[in-house]
Amino acid sequence: MNRLLSNVVGSFVEAWQELRIHKTRVMLSLIGVAVAVCAITTVVGLGAVAQQSIVEQNERSGGRSATLSLYVSTSDGSAVDADAMQDFWSTSLDRYGIDYASRVLYSTQTVQFTDGAVPVQVIGVDQPYGTMHRVTMSEGAWFTAGDAERLAPAVLINEIFYDRLGRPDLATHPTTTLLGGTPTTAVITGVYPVNTWETEPGMYLLMDTLTALTTPEQLASGGSIPNYELWVPPAISDDLTAALQRDAVGALGEGTQASASRQDYAAYAEDPFASIKLLVAGVAGLVLLLGALGLVNIALVTLKQRIREIGVRRSFGATAGRVFFSVMMESIVATVVAGVVGVIGAVLIVTNPTVQGFIGQGMVTDFPPFPVEAALLGLACATGVGALAGLLPALVAVRVKVIDAIRY
Amino acid sequence: MTLLHLAGVTRTVQLVDAPPLTILSGVDLDVAVGDRVSIVGRSGSGKSTLLNLLGLLDNPTTGVLEFDGRPVKSFSSAERDRVRGRDVGFIFQQFNLLQGRTALENVMTPLLYAQGKQFWQRARIATEMLDRVGLGHRLGAMPDKLSGGEQQRVAIARSLVRGPRLILADEPTGALDLETGADVMALLDEVATGSGAALITITHDPAIAALASRHLRLDHGVLTVTDSSVEPDAPQHQLVAVPA
Repeated sequence: MNRLLSNVVGSFVEAWQELRIHKTRVMLSLIGVAVAVCAITTVVGLGAVAQQSIVEQNERSGGRSATLSLYVSTSDGSAVDADAMQDFWSTSLDRYGIDYASRVLYSTQTVQFTDGAVPVQVIGVDQPYGTMHRVTMSEGAWFTAGDAERLAPAVLINEIFYDRLGRPDLATHPTTTLLGGTPTTAVITGVYPVNTWETEPGMYLLMDTLTALTTPEQLASGGSIPNYELWVPPAISDDLTAALQRDAVGALGEGTQASASRQDYAAYAEDPFASIKLLVAGVAGLVLLLGALGLVNIALVTLKQRIREIGVRRSFGATAGRVFFSVMMESIVATVVAGVVGVIGAVLIVTNPTVQGFIGQGMVTDFPPFPVEAALLGLACATGVGALAGLLPALVAVRVKVIDAIRY
Repeated sequence: MTLLHLAGVTRTVQLVDAPPLTILSGVDLDVAVGDRVSIVGRSGSGKSTLLNLLGLLDNPTTGVLEFDGRPVKSFSSAERDRVRGRDVGFIFQQFNLLQGRTALENVMTPLLYAQGKQFWQRARIATEMLDRVGLGHRLGAMPDKLSGGEQQRVAIARSLVRGPRLILADEPTGALDLETGADVMALLDEVATGSGAALITITHDPAIAALASRHLRLDHGVLTVTDSSVEPDAPQHQLVAVPA
């Protein structure tokens, strides 16, 4: 035990002396490792941000994981009893304790602009939809619970719509006229951004507002049947899907067809980010390989200069194992220090708001914290590179013939 | 008490496309604790090979080599390293101090391979040893700031710091002027006498060889006694530095 302890401590002392004495050489060789570790950790960290960006983009369209979609119709094509459906919907949400749920109806409303009446696509939703689909606003705010009580309904418009209105200050409570069955003046409470490919004005209305604007002709044609969305824990999604279908048929009577399924990105069997992960891992591995090669190169070159020192140490009783361990320790101690520096650099880069904005392209609302696995990966890579880079010189060191080395 | 026993020791090396080369042939030698032995020989006579064998750095091809009554061939590699670290001190012609380390760190180096008190109190032991060789005031000096004589004194301190029973000095004054060489040899003899260690000096210099009590010559791998002015049991004569 005493021998083991003194051997380990002695090896650390030797390794530290070596690093201290050859600090310039060590610094130069470790810059490559620190940069490589920084690169691999940064790539993994930014990969997490990029992945989050893609996740959020997917969640904006399909909803968060797991979002269930329920569509109810009748086998004869007649309209579903709206009141019975609403009762079933409210009862189901209570029964299963679901907090985030929304009716979703895509429709068209005619809007009066200064240059004439224009049909505008409208999405009727309930208030939780904004959270469920990560809707971001460029101005104003998403619907609040109190918006349902407004005498003049609230409307959220997109940037194109906003431009056509001349971008009035929302603090002045600008309004727009919706020319439905009953012309209605709505108050604009928020503006949401559009994708680059979108060219038409669009808007969100609360579902009850949209229903009130729907004409009897639209109701009769069945054009007002909404989709029902629920955001539930993924673990219960399959059971809940079956239960909702069964309950809907039971509640709405024979002739009712209910279809429920997951619609979020995570419902796909294959990992949607596999290709990105593969690409990131490939680039990071290449960067690390280059760093390791540089370190091995310098370690082998400098070992030649240390042959005599190793011979001297062997003559004073250093065993082959001790020399091997010491040379390995030098490499590992040095690369771990470089790894820590690299990881710190990566954290500073990845958490930099400018970098996050560039990678997220404005599509990320919940920036993930710096991934711990990226930091651990960086340190593990540094240690691994140190061990690998130290192995070759350590093997050479133990094969040294002592007297030849002393006279080298 | 016999420390080293060599009987009929030969050392040959295999060469590519040539018959084996015999470097040492039929070497017989006994070295006891407290002996002073000098070995002279030309370059290529096999001195280094003999030094390797005496320092437990190599095995003989044939013959018997015993250290402290035990055949060296029975030692494992690690055991041999440990015995060498504990019982053998090397002094080299070129001093071979570790660059970038202070005199104190150099003397502490062999203690890094020791255990117990020697390891944990290495700084104190090394300081005392440097004090003993008259360098207590140069503990923090780097080798390149020391004179040749001072460097060799550091090397002597380093070789003796673990209290070896055998000191192997390979051309210890080869890089020093005559006066400094005499000083260093006087110190080496004094310290070795104080510790009771055997001292084997390999040298080209007849004057240095003459300081030993037993004189051997190595010629084409054959070791012969050239003179033995002092009987093994007789007290060792004192060496003193010769003023210029």
